[in-house]
Amino acid sequence: MSTGTYSPKPGAAPVGRMIAAQTSLETRMLLRNGEQLLLTVIIPSLLLVLFSTVDIVDTGSDEAVDFLAPGVLALAVLSTAFTGQAIATGFERRYGVLKRLGASPLPRWALMTAKTLAVLVTEVLQVALLTAIALALGWSPHGNPLSVLLLLLLGTAAFSGLGLLMAGTLKAEATLAAANLVFLLLLVGGGVIVPLDRFGAAGDVLALLPISALSDGLRDVLQHGASMPWGDALILAVWGVLGLGAAARFFRWE
Amino acid sequence: MHGKPAPSESADTAVRVRGLVKRYGAKTAVDGLDLDVRTGTVTAVLGPNGAGKTTTVETCEGYRRPDGGTVRVLGLDPVADAAALRPRIGVMLQSGGVYSGARADEMLRHMAKLHAHPLDVDALIERLGLGSCGRTTYRRLSGGQQQRLALAMAVVGRPELVFLDEPTAGLDPQARRATWELVRELRADGVTVVLTTHFMQEAEELADDVAIVDAGRVAAQGSPEQLCRGGAENTLRFTGRPGLDLGSLLKALPDGTAAAEPLPGTYRITGDVDPQLLATVTSWCAQHGVMPGGISVERHTLEDVFLELTGKELRS
Repeated sequence: MSTGTYSPKPGAAPVGRMIAAQTSLETRMLLRNGEQLLLTVIIPSLLLVLFSTVDIVDTGSDEAVDFLAPGVLALAVLSTAFTGQAIATGFERRYGVLKRLGASPLPRWALMTAKTLAVLVTEVLQVALLTAIALALGWSPHGNPLSVLLLLLLGTAAFSGLGLLMAGTLKAEATLAAANLVFLLLLVGGGVIVPLDRFGAAGDVLALLPISALSDGLRDVLQHGASMPWGDALILAVWGVLGLGAAARFFRWE
Repeated sequence: MHGKPAPSESADTAVRVRGLVKRYGAKTAVDGLDLDVRTGTVTAVLGPNGAGKTTTVETCEGYRRPDGGTVRVLGLDPVADAAALRPRIGVMLQSGGVYSGARADEMLRHMAKLHAHPLDVDALIERLGLGSCGRTTYRRLSGGQQQRLALAMAVVGRPELVFLDEPTAGLDPQARRATWELVRELRADGVTVVLTTHFMQEAEELADDVAIVDAGRVAAQGSPEQLCRGGAENTLRFTGRPGLDLGSLLKALPDGTAAAEPLPGTYRITGDVDPQLLATVTSWCAQHGVMPGGISVERHTLEDVFLELTGKELRS
């Protein structure tokens, strides 16, 4: 057989190279999407600036920014790992992107790894930006950065599981609507900008939500200098195991 | 282990489907389908919408698990051996498959990175006229551009075997010819091609083998020439004054020939239409003082074959 332009020479790229390429593409898709940026960058930044400078919500005795910064960091994780990932993955499923990649040499586990890495890259950018804004507003963080990192990772796992569960089982339009609604509800009722004790007895139930555990845990460390809030970490871990387990079980690729 | 085919078979046969059954709920989409694709050929799976073409191809691609029968692609089980098979095949879905926010060149470069020895992406972009897409994202590309990108994605990894599901649906004639040209180049370079289509002309132009699929089964398989010869007859049509004595005409013609006057003054002779038959008809007309008008001889097409085999029109 003569060698021509299209003469077969098949083969998968090394899996590390595939994951790197997929992570890069997924990250670019996240950062290029205007609606996603509104959720992941603009809303958290605006909330931080607005509520730190205007006395709307009584956040306690400390500087408002010391209460708000941990909550907004939790919101950033929610926006990327849950809302953004659910909407993007829902439409990828709807438009056959997941199906087409399923026939490529990229294994499914490598695709999910790349999606997780893209979420983490985006979160690093969010945390850097929000930290810079908070510091400019006079934030004085305390505590062990490793505890903060562990809480952020557990929160990412919990929200990713729930986001992927939604994206893999509902229609893309339903995911779009539900993910935005959940974002809004958790923003209000998850201790992000409004302290949970304002909700009275309901606050005890709301405290079991992953967003409440993440914002409360981050606040314990960053505002009060606690070493490691194990109760909040446990809540996040349980959500993570349940969410990722259900997503793995029920996710439909087409 | 899976039943490994004999070496000669795996070398000559790229795809081997036996008795494939696939149901969706109560509906049987594929109902005992057999298909062979010889290595290095272009095989067209031809049939109307809903005949089971896409289900068959997607089972070969590993997307669907057969409810019955066996499927071997490059000697592998598409589901159980997916990891080994996927790098070796190229897939063009009927639609979609691209991030709505990705540019054409970006998506193609990405697919190239998933393969060990991809084609030169710039040359492929040039070849398929995708350079004009520029910075436009996928959702804003025209239907034709989206189709060509999907085709490019199927071939960029230098596969042994490509599955093209309706590669020219919705393309204008010029873009269709460009796609046909690429399929011919793939074949010339030793790539095996399986394509589905409901354009009879596409099958006739491109395919070494045509499998006519209807109601989930292969009604006939062979080269376009074989299919058009086998069983199908040719037709001679002419016009004359109404009410000619067809019994007298038939006596002059060979056995097995039929004559009819479907509309007054319009005549149709079916049978083995050769020069001798044409001469016999015109001399009979001369003896009876008839001037035959609008004489035409129709060669049977795959469309006629399809109609004879299935009783259905191919176009839907």
